[in-house]
Amino acid sequence: MWAGLIIHDQGCYLHSDDKATRQMTKTLTALGLESSCDDTAAAVVRLDADGPSILSSVVEGQTDLHALYGGVVPEIAARAHTEKLDYCIELALQNADMTLTDLDAIAVTAGPGLIGGVLSGVMCAKGLSAATGLPLIGVNHLAGHALTPRLTDQLQYPYLMLLVSGGHCQFLIVRSATDYTRLGGTIDDAPGEAFDKTARLLGLPQPGGPSVEQEALKGDPKRFAFPRPLLDRDGCDMSFSGLKTAVLRARDAVIAEHQGLPTKDRADLCAGFQAAVTDVLVEKTRRALRIYLDEKPDHPALAVAGGVAANQTIRTGLLHLTEQLNTRFVAPPLALCTDNAAMIAYAGAELFQLGHSDDLTLSARPRWPLDQSSAPMLGFGKKGAKA
Amino acid sequence: MAEQLLYIPLPNEDATRKLAHIISSSIAVGDTILLQGDIGAGKTFFARALIKALIGPDEDVPSPTFTLVQIYQTETFEIWHCDLYRLTSPDEALELGLEEVFAEAVCLIEWPDRLGDAVPKECLTLRFQALDNGQHEVNVTASTPRWQRLLEQLSESQTTTNS
Repeated sequence: MWAGLIIHDQGCYLHSDDKATRQMTKTLTALGLESSCDDTAAAVVRLDADGPSILSSVVEGQTDLHALYGGVVPEIAARAHTEKLDYCIELALQNADMTLTDLDAIAVTAGPGLIGGVLSGVMCAKGLSAATGLPLIGVNHLAGHALTPRLTDQLQYPYLMLLVSGGHCQFLIVRSATDYTRLGGTIDDAPGEAFDKTARLLGLPQPGGPSVEQEALKGDPKRFAFPRPLLDRDGCDMSFSGLKTAVLRARDAVIAEHQGLPTKDRADLCAGFQAAVTDVLVEKTRRALRIYLDEKPDHPALAVAGGVAANQTIRTGLLHLTEQLNTRFVAPPLALCTDNAAMIAYAGAELFQLGHSDDLTLSARPRWPLDQSSAPMLGFGKKGAKA
Repeated sequence: MAEQLLYIPLPNEDATRKLAHIISSSIAVGDTILLQGDIGAGKTFFARALIKALIGPDEDVPSPTFTLVQIYQTETFEIWHCDLYRLTSPDEALELGLEEVFAEAVCLIEWPDRLGDAVPKECLTLRFQALDNGQHEVNVTASTPRWQRLLEQLSESQTTTNS
C-alpha cells in the first residue's frame, strides 16, 4: 500500500525530548487510530497557531451516526478491525491529501476496551511507527472523549465534563491532557442504555434514545411517578438500572388492565421515564458543577459529550442550569461524541506536545482508569490494569 | 446425569445478595454461570451481587450491555461478566475469546442463548423472572455432582430461612 515510502526525517523535533522545541513547532499533524469497541476509525488532525483542525476522519462500521445510545450491532472481531484499519488509514490520508511522510506522530487507542480490537489498533500503529520512525503515542479512549471539547470548541482548562458516550456516564474535571478528577458516575447502567432498554420494553425501535424521545413528546411526564435514584444521597453517583425495572412494572400493570399497551399509555411511560432521567442528570450535574465552581475556574464551562446531549428535554435542563450558574455550555457535534479517531489524534497531539510518547513496548490495556486516584472506575476492576 | 432444579423466591434485594453469597463460596476457576431471563428479570443485579461477594462490596459493577464484557480480577482468577444480547451469532461470541476463557476464568453470561452450541456443558443455569408484585424468582438448574451439592446447600438455606 505504501510502496516507495520515504522514512521521515527525524531531524526536527521527532523523538526529541526537548519539550520547548515541540511547543515552538508551528504545526503538529497526527494520525489517530481507534478500534476499541464496535467501530474502526482513522483520522488526521493538525494543531497550529489557529488551533486544532480535523483534516480527515473516517469511521467504518457505524451504520448510522445517530445510533448514539448504543444498540448498534457490534463489529467485534479483531480480524475485522485489522482489515478495516488499513482501509481507514489509506482513506484518511487520501482525504487529508497526505502521505505518511507528512505526519509528525501516530496516536492510537491503547485502552480501555475489548482486547481484540485494542490490540489490532496498537499492533497496526506500532507497525507504522517502526516503518516510518514516527513517534508513537498510546491514548486512553476516555481521554479522547474528555478532550473532544478542546478539539471542537478550544475550551480552556479546567472544565467540567459530563461524559455520557456509549456505555460510559461520569463527571470529570478535566485539568490537562493527563490530569482528570472523577467526581462520580453511574453505578450500573449508562443513561443511553436505560433509553435503549426502555425502548426494548415498550416495543420501540433501536436506537432507543430518539424513539423514546419522540414518543415522550406525546406523553404526560407526570402520570407515572418513576423513582429518581440516588437523588436522596450525597455525591455525584447515579443509578439508572432501577428506573428500567420501574418502567417494566408500570408497563405490565397497563398491559394487565388493557390487555395490551395503548399508544397513549406508551407515550406517558416514555415521558415519565425521560423526566426521571432528566431530573437525575440535571440535579447531579448541579452538584458536580458546585464542586467544580468552588475551584473558581477562569473560564467556567460544562461540556456534555454523548447521546443525551441530543435529547432536547435533557439538553434544555442542562442549558438552564448552566445559565443559572454563569457557566458556558458546550456540546460537541454528535459525530465527534461517538467513537472516532479524530479525538484520538487530537489527544495524542496534545500528549506529544507535553512530551509524552511511547516506544514499541506499548501494550493494550483492557482496563485503564483516567483518574488513577479516585474510587474504582467504571468497569476497570478494582485491582488495577491488567496490562 | 439427570438435571436437578431448585426454585428460589427472591422477595427482595437481600434475598438475591444472600443467594449470590452462597454461590460465591462454591465458585472455582473454570466455572460458568448462565443467567437467563427477560430484561428487568434481575440478571445483572445478581451478577453485580456475585462479583461484589467475590471481590468486595466497593467494587463498581457497571452493566456490560454496551461493552459486551467487563473483566474483574480476584486474588486468583479473572471474572468475565458478559452480556451477549447485542450479538447476532455464536461466531461473534467466540471472537470475544470466550472459548478459551471458559476454562481459565469464571464466566457470568447474560443472554447465553447467543452462544448456540458453544455453551459449556457443565454450567450452572439461573433463570430469573420478575413477578407482577415487584418481587423476583429464580430457577436454578445443576447438571454436575458439584453443582448439585450446591443446590442441596441452597435448598437447606431456604428451609432455614422459611422455618
